[in-house]
Amino acid sequence: MIVRRLLRSCLTSQFSEVPFATLIKASSISTHDNLGEDRPQFPGSRSQWTEKLEFIQPDIYDGIPVYRVMNTKGQIIDQTQDPQLPEETVVKMYKVMTQLNSMDRIMYESQRQGRISFYMTNFGEEGTHIGSAAALNPKDLIFGQYREAGTLLWRGFSLDQFMNQCYGNCEDLGKGRQMPVHYGSKDLNFVTISSPLGTQMPQASGAAYAFKRQKNGLCVICYFGEGTSSEGDAHAALNFAATLECPVIFFCRNNGYAISTPSREQYKGDGVAGRGPAYGIHTIRVDGNDVFAVYNATKAARDICASENKPVLLEAMTYRLGHHSTSDDSTAYRSVDEVRYWDERDHPIARLKYYLVSKGWWDDAKEKAWKEQNKKEVLQAFARAEKKLKPNWTELFKDVYHEMPQHLREQMKQMQEHVKKYEEHYQVKSFVK
Amino acid sequence: MKSKIMSKLLMLKSNPCSPMFIRLFSKSPQCMATHFKFQPETAHLDGETAKMNLFQAVNNALDIALAKDPSAVVFGEDVSFGGVFRCTIGLQEKYGKDRVFNTPLCEQGIAGFGIGLATTGATAIAEIQFGDYILPAFDQICNEAAKFRYRSGNLWECGKLTIRSPISAVGHGALYHSQSPEAFFSHCPGLRIVIPRSPIKAKGLLLSSIRTADPVLFFEPKVLYRSAVEEVPVQDYMLPLSKADIVAEGDDVTLVGWGTQVHVLKEVAEMAQEKLGVKCDVIDLVSILPWDKDTVFNSVKKTGRLLIAHEAPLTSGFGAEVAAAVQEACFLSLEAPIQRVCGFDTPFPHVFEPFYIPDKWRCFDAVNKLVRF
Repeated sequence: MIVRRLLRSCLTSQFSEVPFATLIKASSISTHDNLGEDRPQFPGSRSQWTEKLEFIQPDIYDGIPVYRVMNTKGQIIDQTQDPQLPEETVVKMYKVMTQLNSMDRIMYESQRQGRISFYMTNFGEEGTHIGSAAALNPKDLIFGQYREAGTLLWRGFSLDQFMNQCYGNCEDLGKGRQMPVHYGSKDLNFVTISSPLGTQMPQASGAAYAFKRQKNGLCVICYFGEGTSSEGDAHAALNFAATLECPVIFFCRNNGYAISTPSREQYKGDGVAGRGPAYGIHTIRVDGNDVFAVYNATKAARDICASENKPVLLEAMTYRLGHHSTSDDSTAYRSVDEVRYWDERDHPIARLKYYLVSKGWWDDAKEKAWKEQNKKEVLQAFARAEKKLKPNWTELFKDVYHEMPQHLREQMKQMQEHVKKYEEHYQVKSFVK
Repeated sequence: MKSKIMSKLLMLKSNPCSPMFIRLFSKSPQCMATHFKFQPETAHLDGETAKMNLFQAVNNALDIALAKDPSAVVFGEDVSFGGVFRCTIGLQEKYGKDRVFNTPLCEQGIAGFGIGLATTGATAIAEIQFGDYILPAFDQICNEAAKFRYRSGNLWECGKLTIRSPISAVGHGALYHSQSPEAFFSHCPGLRIVIPRSPIKAKGLLLSSIRTADPVLFFEPKVLYRSAVEEVPVQDYMLPLSKADIVAEGDDVTLVGWGTQVHVLKEVAEMAQEKLGVKCDVIDLVSILPWDKDTVFNSVKKTGRLLIAHEAPLTSGFGAEVAAAVQEACFLSLEAPIQRVCGFDTPFPHVFEPFYIPDKWRCFDAVNKLVRF
């Protein structure tokens, strides 16, 4: 607009003395209408010209730095970064992380004993869950991958609820339909987990767009692993969130492994964070084992989402201490020493504990008492869950559609008649009548 | 002389698909007449109507949906300027950029984004530019949308998602602009699949699809976008999903199809009456999933002879499902083996299209086989 007016003025007598150079200078403020020769004008990019033939070397950068607050001994490095959370909050953080840890140990064991069919632990990544969940509004919508149980625990999902889902019993919110660890909660704004990787990512972009239109002040957070970041859906999600301006935090748990595939076989560039700027997305890389760093970064990311309706990419660096799942034995592809190194030298729970103790908010007596209470709560919930019956087996036919269609009613009826006739071959007594 | 010209003009006005129209106005020798004759129907509804073709009927339905539901959004590739088939024309100007918008070129993204919108309770109306390109979205549609409610124990669902996409033969579309992918998705419990045969059906079915509490794939036969013209009610109206239509009646043979093929079958019924003295029930399935078995079974129990025709390839096409279900439910009523006239088990060819599609002569021949068995 400015340039058009300027040009028109140039053509009239009024500004016939305007030098060409001035015209260029003025018009370079607005590259859209620039008809000068100093910038490329392609609709696809209006960057700069160069006459030097050179490729950008992929390793020209050291990589995006890792933001941290505490050292491995839980000491704040730069005091201005201490979130200065109240004792109650930090103690809760510690308790939730340790309770998650206990629940994981017991549930893993229960699978080994054949009590549940499958389980996935969160060892080593507790900091990523609790740090981020604590920084969100409880109404912010969570789309997870499968290793984010701590976010649910933080929000108040009970031990009973976790275990009911793992057992698929009659009190499982998911009605016994999915494998263990596929949690979901409407009340706690946690979308039910699905097994296909990365599918949650463009969904998170869409949900965030809806929130933006609803002007509800909320954001969406989408967790995914570095392995999942290779899926096409990850690319789709980031590009859509950027172009359509969706208030979503893409939180990558880069734990070094996708089952047996180490991150060096997953990508060649600067991790997942390196891709963010390429999509036009605000990006940060964070020490995922530092609860306060995760907290600060997530909070700041949320502020960007809420105030600018823009996506943020947050890559939390961490280490997967446990096996991928109960179907995996990671000694087949990594050394026990490597695991021990991370467990002993850089564990999110240990680092927070140092901080708690240094503040005088935790001690050996409290630790002992909590350990006992924790274990008791977990074991009791476990015992309760195990005793419960499975849901009525006709739940198999329900919720496929909003209303059961005729063909499913017929199939259900056929199976009911079959089960009646061959009852001794079906463990009907394990299911609610 | 004048009246001859007048009558020719009238013919043109009423049937833009007539061979005369094509000869007079086509410049390319390759421009072929369509393989079907679209016969407009009347809507059984009181109230004002307007002449609309299929894309105008779709546009009208979208306009009504956007007007009445403030949460509704329409998105996909190129929908802002009106869409490559003009189905979204005028909508962005009317409802704004935040409600009618282009997405990047990524079908899996469009589907996933739509699911996410729908899970928050917003009405998401996505467009996939061609049914031939819906396959990258297969994972999102079948593994996610279809299973969202079931797997969450009804805590979460994406029933407010509708995905529209043009399908089927258009005369020159070849491998990647002619496919009919309904069979792939018919195998996925949790989805609804709806295929309109006309503008009146399209508007009512699309409004029902948008408003139903299940995710819907709404496949629009693209060759009908311009060539199918009817007096469509201007009001907001909905038509039932999962209910097949009997568009012609007869006691001798049952003809089942959907989309464009319904018009082929209507003509086949006329040919059968004229040349064989045989009267046919012509059934438009309307919905592929769930499909209206009762209407088909009742007809076959009456006629004993069934022909299913579809453009999609023969093997594992949706005709296979219909045939299997019919032989199980109506075995003793059958007087002849069930006939399927379909696209051949090849990719959809370009110059050989007239040999590939289940045209009226192949269908007529099958009817002949049925009555002579």
